[in-house]
Amino acid sequence: MSHHTIEAKDLHFVYPDGTVGLDGVSFHIGHGESVALVGANGAGKSTLLMHLNGCLAATQGAMRIGDYPVTAKNLKAVRRTVGMVFQDPDDQLFMPTVFDDVAFGPLNLGLPEAEVELKVMQALETVGATHLRKRPPYKLSGGEKRSVAIAAVLSMSPDILVMDEPSANLDPRSRRRLIQLLKTFEHTKIIATHDLDLAMELCRRTIVLHRGRVTADGPTDEIFQNETLLADSGLEKPLSMQSCPRCGQSCR
Amino acid sequence: MTPPPGGARRMFKIDQNLFDIGRMDTLATGGTPLHRLDPRAKLITTLAFIVAVVSFDKYTLSALIPFFVFPLVMIAGGGLPFAYLLRKVLVVAPFALFVGAFNPLLDREILFRLGGLGISGGWVSYLSILIRFGLTVTAALTLIALTGFNTVCLGLEKLAVPRPFVIQLLFLYRYIFVLTDEAARLVRARSLRVFEASGLGFKPFVSMVGHLLLRTLDRAQRVHLAMRCRGFEGQMPVLRPTHFGLPEVRHIALWVPLFVLMRVYNLPIKLGLWITGFFA
Repeated sequence: MSHHTIEAKDLHFVYPDGTVGLDGVSFHIGHGESVALVGANGAGKSTLLMHLNGCLAATQGAMRIGDYPVTAKNLKAVRRTVGMVFQDPDDQLFMPTVFDDVAFGPLNLGLPEAEVELKVMQALETVGATHLRKRPPYKLSGGEKRSVAIAAVLSMSPDILVMDEPSANLDPRSRRRLIQLLKTFEHTKIIATHDLDLAMELCRRTIVLHRGRVTADGPTDEIFQNETLLADSGLEKPLSMQSCPRCGQSCR
Repeated sequence: MTPPPGGARRMFKIDQNLFDIGRMDTLATGGTPLHRLDPRAKLITTLAFIVAVVSFDKYTLSALIPFFVFPLVMIAGGGLPFAYLLRKVLVVAPFALFVGAFNPLLDREILFRLGGLGISGGWVSYLSILIRFGLTVTAALTLIALTGFNTVCLGLEKLAVPRPFVIQLLFLYRYIFVLTDEAARLVRARSLRVFEASGLGFKPFVSMVGHLLLRTLDRAQRVHLAMRCRGFEGQMPVLRPTHFGLPEVRHIALWVPLFVLMRVYNLPIKLGLWITGFFA
């Protein structure tokens, strides 16, 4: 199934104010792969994610999702294939109740009512949030909002999941639950994150961005061992790879 | 201990008021027959009520009194906390107090005498404004407390109110909490650093409003992106079955004719005449 793949070819993007967002990014992500996208603040992670479903259009180069190049004509198909979970759930949960919000995508896709309800309930069940369905989104806790935002994307049955900082602002337990949940997904995943420990658990492959360029692309384990590479890209080793602050011993 | 700066105290109050809007939604989850009515029925009766109350002559007093029966029955029937709603009415009361404040000064013609005291038209119309304010605001608040803001919007849409207008209302209600949170954080950040000084006076607030506008625009852009990502193309689909049945018809058929009756006949005067006639 070729339509779960992502291919970026020499992407360049310059913001209207002249800031360079992407400066020649290329990669290929295969079906079912789970890839972490890491980099310091302002490295271009969010800009790159915005290209995946045509929220931004590259000034040069091309993005391809499965069989479709990301162009204005294919936007609908691309957006159905790529489910995007935004960094701030408040941006994503705009409907009056949780149910309405999760139903928003399927209804826009024109699915019949009965199927919409089924999809919504399935999606809420997957993230363990069926009990929240009648609540207004602004009354949920951070963890609940995140779960619902994921359900809102799952209900459209996307083939590819794109997440921007999924563990940001979550307490340790909610973060742990999120990791367990994401482990169960078989979608092709791209996770942009500063949480390198989360990246270690969820993604075999990591792409490192620095100033709009790919500085490394390979197995997560190897990249996170490479201290010079991490330092050059404005990153640090994940906590679980650092020596114990008490006894000074390294567990790896 | 020094008292908290005024800004912080005020902000706390704003937080509190918004939290209370949330409480209206909680009230709307009640299960009384009035709660269960289709929003359209409640909207139509409330609108008819407001039109009837507002359409009276400016010196009307006694004929308005019977209209209190509607909000009172709604509050009792819906099991709503009376004191809480009264407080909400008082929060907006200053507006009505100011609107009519000049009436007694401008309209000094004596309308009737109470004992030896001449009551001018201005005082009567002022009182009339206050009563109407109390009636209409209480009715609108009970409508929201019985129905929930979003369901009221849904009812509006079903009653053929233009969609963009309804969507604006829904978004306003959804993001007012986020916006005030942001405003509260800005004001708190300022007040934590002013101590007892004047804090550069008015200036920081000007830049705060600017910041707030820019942040709001940014957020609007992100929300729009999120909507587009999920297939939004100008239509706001909502899945919620509504049913306009016998209870709804009964609700309208009971109240609307009653409003007409109370509008056309001055019931207190009729009643008074009847009683005085009875004893004469």
